[in-house]
Amino acid sequence: MSANLFTPDAQPLAQKPASVRANRGAGAFSTPKARRNYIIIMVALLMLSALATLGLLAYKNPMPFGSERFWLIAERRASAVTAMGVVALSQAVATVAFQTVTNNRIITPSIMGFQSLYTAIHTATIYFFGSAGLIAARNTEMFVFQLVLMVLLSLLLYSWLLTGKNANMHAMLLVGIVIGGGLGSVSTFMQRMLTPSEFDILTARLFGSVNNADPEYYPIALPLVLASTLLIYLNSRNLNVLGLGKDVAQNLGVNHRRHSLFMLVLVSILMAVSTALVGPMTFLGFLVAILAYQFADTFDHRYVIPMAALIAYMVLTVAYFLMQHVFYAQGVVSIVIELVGGIVFLIVILKKGRL
Amino acid sequence: MSKTAVRDDRTSRKLFDVKLLLGTAAVVALLGVSIFTGEYSIFSAEDGAQMFANTRIPRTVALILSGAAMAMSGLVMQLLTQNKFVEPSTTGTTEWAGLGLLVVLFFAPNSSILVKMVGAVVFSFVGAMIFFAFLRKVSLRSSLIVPIVGIMLGAVVSSVSTFFALQTNLLQNLGVWFAGSFTSVMVGQYEVLWLVLGVVVAVFFYADRLTVAGLGEEIATNVGLNYQRLLLIGTALIAISTGVVTVVVGSLPFLGLIVPNIVSMIRGDDLRSNLPWVCLTGIAVVTVCDLIARTIISPFEMPVSVVLGIVGALVFIAMIVRQRKNVR
Repeated sequence: MSANLFTPDAQPLAQKPASVRANRGAGAFSTPKARRNYIIIMVALLMLSALATLGLLAYKNPMPFGSERFWLIAERRASAVTAMGVVALSQAVATVAFQTVTNNRIITPSIMGFQSLYTAIHTATIYFFGSAGLIAARNTEMFVFQLVLMVLLSLLLYSWLLTGKNANMHAMLLVGIVIGGGLGSVSTFMQRMLTPSEFDILTARLFGSVNNADPEYYPIALPLVLASTLLIYLNSRNLNVLGLGKDVAQNLGVNHRRHSLFMLVLVSILMAVSTALVGPMTFLGFLVAILAYQFADTFDHRYVIPMAALIAYMVLTVAYFLMQHVFYAQGVVSIVIELVGGIVFLIVILKKGRL
Repeated sequence: MSKTAVRDDRTSRKLFDVKLLLGTAAVVALLGVSIFTGEYSIFSAEDGAQMFANTRIPRTVALILSGAAMAMSGLVMQLLTQNKFVEPSTTGTTEWAGLGLLVVLFFAPNSSILVKMVGAVVFSFVGAMIFFAFLRKVSLRSSLIVPIVGIMLGAVVSSVSTFFALQTNLLQNLGVWFAGSFTSVMVGQYEVLWLVLGVVVAVFFYADRLTVAGLGEEIATNVGLNYQRLLLIGTALIAISTGVVTVVVGSLPFLGLIVPNIVSMIRGDDLRSNLPWVCLTGIAVVTVCDLIARTIISPFEMPVSVVLGIVGALVFIAMIVRQRKNVR
């Protein structure tokens, strides 16, 4: 019954579980009430996102609705909305999958050095080639180069640290963070040598913002994100098992290492696309994953993943709408999200009392 | 954690031996090299003697004090948390100090260095306490997760700082201020750094109690230690050295991590006899990194934090890999 509630373009992946769910006895939800709540929240989220999307596209559009000029403006705005969709999908799905694979609810994949790499690449470009160089480097080749570099770095990390005899997830994380720290201090040094105007240009690029996204990148970014998301979603059941921990997963006949690696590769592709497209967003994924687990009231990834993605999209669109039309402070959207996410992070770890 | 924890309890008797003398001599020689290194020749130039007194001597004193203090605070933090991967820059304490500095700069832009320092110290104290409170409330399954969480805490705090700095147009200043460097150390700028000498002395005074605290709260309480009070004192010491060093020099990443680990790898974990070595090694590491930073792109100078960041990251990774090999 709920299958038609999910409109295909907003949440194409949510259609499957509904049909599967119908024939299942023991559900993912502890009570029928929990399931009803899930559906209600999903519908509310959908309506809110649709409203915010509409608002972003049409609010204060100077041309009369429906005219040719109106659509031209809407089309330009749609580019930013598409970026929000891509970021929402990749950050949310990547974080949920990453937290399950690492068996830890309070870390996010974005601390793994991706943003340091992004910062280092951009800082180095402006350092060596000046601000003209940074603007000239805004092309598809550069985008692909960044993607490849980020995915390669993470692959190197995973294969080195996760395939040894004493493979240790936490060691891998820490090494990633520390490499990021090393890159960060190199970037800081280069930033110090920039002229203030160059620095301003760089700053604008270093804060995550959907306005950094160039429609030229979409033909590469969209298929990558959609394919990775689909693969992760189709592996939801494996994720459910991986979430039980290595020993249990192996007892249940799941090849823990292989599945973890596969998931991590997909996660790194998602994170790389999102970071290369709009810049770093550290706590967005964390924030939405926490909220999704809270609201979904289930551990089944088939339900958590769509909700997390929808929450992320809702947060981004509503935040941008409010900042654009109510507070007139569009530049700081990502920083505000970071702040809220960071504060939620602190509250959650102190309240939760375990990792 | 270390297998050589209590190898020989009699080492604690011999605080000063030949090795320590040799080590001291080596560090003094290193400091001598540091004093006479620089673009400005202090012998041929007319006002060489003045330059010498105004910049070279303060710089060397700053190297000694900040190196020893940060190495010590790393050590104290590792004892209090019973975790080898912890130090002010992996627990967010440095970021808190930076935030404190920023708050002071915002509300009282023309305040003296002493006021800035108080702000930084108060904020680092709060930050360190939050981290400890967090460690007590949260049960952890792996020692490696502690620094991960600490670094995330630091990321939260630095995003607050960034927001603040962006709104007040202090962003590039913040970056410059944060990158630790001894370049700006000169007469009239560095004197508050002498405060950390007090920290060093205090750590020597509390050495035995801190060693016991390193065995865990229960054991420490059992042998009659006021654990809570010691925790407060330890945190205050860490906060003072982090705050002061951040205000005067900037952040010195990984220093407090590398030094105590190297020393305990070679000498075991007896704090009292290790303390002089931790001081010496801290000074030596900072001095060497500072020399590299000053000469590698001479006549320009890199911030020492860049060199420390890169060297420290490599050592840190080596430590992790090492720990991974000997199964815990």
